[in-house]
Amino acid sequence: MGEAPEMTTALDAAGLRDPATDELRQETMIINMGPQHPSTHGVLRLVLELDGETVIRCKPVIGYLHTGIEKNTEYRTWMQGVTYVTRADYLSPFFNELAYCLGVERLLGVEAPERATLIRILVCELNRITSHLVWLATSGLELGAVSVMLYGFREREVIMEIFEAITGLRMNHAYIRIGGVVMDLPDEGPRKIRSLLDLLPGRIDEYETLLHDNPIWRERNEGVGVLTTERALALGVTGPALRATGIGADLRKDIPYCAYESFDFEVPVRTEGDAYARYVVRLAEMRESLKIAGQALERIEETPGPVMIDDPKVGWPPRLSVGPDGIGNDPEYLRHIMEESMEALIHHFKMVTQGVEVPAGEVFSAVESPRGELGYLIVSDGGHRPYRVKIRDPSFVNLQALPALIEGYLVADTVASVASLDPVLGGVDR
Amino acid sequence: MPVERFEGVHLGRTPEEVEEEVERGVLLTTLDRAVGWARKQSMWPATFGLACCAIEMMSSGAGQYDLSRWGMELFRASPRQSDLLIVSGRVSQKMAPPLRRIYDQMPEPRWVIAMGVCASAGGMFTNYAIVQGVDTIVPVDVYVPGCPPKPEMLMFGILKLQEKVRTSEPFR
Amino acid sequence: MNLDALAGRIGERVPDVLVARGEVTAVVEREQLLETLAWLRDQPDVALDFLSSVTATHWPDVDPAFWVDYELRSFPHKHRARVKLGLSEGDAHVPSVTPLFPTADWHERETFDFYGIVFDGHPDLTRILLPDDWEGYPLRKDESLGGVPTWFHGVTMPPVDERGMA
Repeated sequence: MGEAPEMTTALDAAGLRDPATDELRQETMIINMGPQHPSTHGVLRLVLELDGETVIRCKPVIGYLHTGIEKNTEYRTWMQGVTYVTRADYLSPFFNELAYCLGVERLLGVEAPERATLIRILVCELNRITSHLVWLATSGLELGAVSVMLYGFREREVIMEIFEAITGLRMNHAYIRIGGVVMDLPDEGPRKIRSLLDLLPGRIDEYETLLHDNPIWRERNEGVGVLTTERALALGVTGPALRATGIGADLRKDIPYCAYESFDFEVPVRTEGDAYARYVVRLAEMRESLKIAGQALERIEETPGPVMIDDPKVGWPPRLSVGPDGIGNDPEYLRHIMEESMEALIHHFKMVTQGVEVPAGEVFSAVESPRGELGYLIVSDGGHRPYRVKIRDPSFVNLQALPALIEGYLVADTVASVASLDPVLGGVDR
Repeated sequence: MPVERFEGVHLGRTPEEVEEEVERGVLLTTLDRAVGWARKQSMWPATFGLACCAIEMMSSGAGQYDLSRWGMELFRASPRQSDLLIVSGRVSQKMAPPLRRIYDQMPEPRWVIAMGVCASAGGMFTNYAIVQGVDTIVPVDVYVPGCPPKPEMLMFGILKLQEKVRTSEPFR
Repeated sequence: MNLDALAGRIGERVPDVLVARGEVTAVVEREQLLETLAWLRDQPDVALDFLSSVTATHWPDVDPAFWVDYELRSFPHKHRARVKLGLSEGDAHVPSVTPLFPTADWHERETFDFYGIVFDGHPDLTRILLPDDWEGYPLRKDESLGGVPTWFHGVTMPPVDERGMA
């Protein structure tokens, strides 16, 4: 073999040479990545079988964040379901709430008022931008681009402030509720959103300048984790990962919900199917979301009206606004229920504790979340509580495709592939 | 709704305990104070982000609410190199053994912050899948409520922990 | 294809078709599941070629007790449909659809994990979300929510499913 004689004897003594073929024996190594790992995007455990540095087989093990959300919703009222469901995929809480509320409204046979629909679209598109910013920040950090982490979160803070002004919370808002949204935009809301819409395009340009033609970024992402169209469709992948393989399937265009058919935007598509293509698709999606948000804001300003449905059996009773005590109780409404009308007080009490009564039936309502098709199968038996809420989370299904992305590549590419697939383990495990 | 009451459960601290704590702070030697100051100034948290609270923890480490003002920008991946475990997020039954293993791997002195109500007490998920408070698994020093706590709330919890570290006897 | 046309087309193969709330639902028997799904996928005008989700619901006091639910979507024609089948309590077996739709792999594992429904022919039917040694199937209606009483100062409150509120 060309080795020095001392080496040959040592290898023989260690039993590393196969006597039959006179070749060095090689074994594969099984290592475990996670669940606590800085680069697995959450509590994901990957059991990798390695031949040197190449991954031969990969088995993802999930369930480390299983919360029992679906079972919990069966013991709470319909309205309380919104607070549970919003924490499933915690990076896109508005999408969870939207899909759930659209499903329940379809069971009830009601529609939210137009202003509420436009506000829903606005906050959802802003949520898409924050989700993609977190993806960019964490992907950059995992691949070594630490400044991208700081820039991504810097932009996200601007949008978080807008969310806090509109909904009261930075995350897990419970803002979109059955029948509309719970509170109208605050006075300074449109101004803040406009300054965001002026700020972000320049910042996205900065990211492109930093990363697009960056040789390290390209080396680590181009040709890594290639997913072909047939495999993607067979494995059920949706969202930017599917659009990077050449299919422009987007639920906002295919099976529109809310009022998306009346908005003017495009669906970015790439054909290479590698991690770099997924990165380009997501950056382009951020720009499209800005367009939609701008159109939504203009239409909101032209559409006055209620933001919660008027139907007394459905709508959330308190008309919330920022009152003099600063905590959201509209003083007019309080005066009405406490002093003027006993029936209104009883009605308020019943609606808040027992909630809506939804006729029996089942619906599947799906929205296009930042990760793909987010669907809710909602089954009702005619009572005040859901009978079954099944969350079809896009990350759960996309993660099935992970072995196809990782096998055959190097271990270091595993990090890039997982990052480019953008799984959120809250949605995977629920 | 059935509710169970317990006799004789006292809350808060007795006057004797408060006095004891004051004495402890006074009786620290200069060396103790120096060590306590050094420990609190340069804590290295271990990355243990689980769920939504992890995103707020990352936000606290990012530019706007900068944790490196208190020496904590370096989140260590390996628990063997860290001394603070911020359990941020809901701990499921499957995750509990790894949590304990990570805690066991940390060298002393080590502290634990339970960030968010899910880590402190199970949160809104009183069900089969979530550990009802990580203090059933690891000893917790500071509980930060919130769902999720704003970065300012987490920073307040961290400052409280730093007070505790500064005034504790370093060589137990 | 609009809703009624789709329902009519599916009705040529499956007699039990329902249109409600903007959705088409077809109820099949267990033995016809695979051929029905293959037919729905292969008809060029129906083309339900994407399986969104597989799940189940448990109705403890009726027979069949388990209803397995397949959500289908068509990429070329942009419509949706649902296929359901019922299983009785003691006979919770159903053929796995992974030969037709590889994406059903993890969906079926999750349904097995939550309900105990066995998918015959599944490549690796093990628990996926719960710990491997978990006993019981938590999403069944006869399993309780779990959880411990919540302690306040000197007072406890029972978990949600034991509180006795409507």
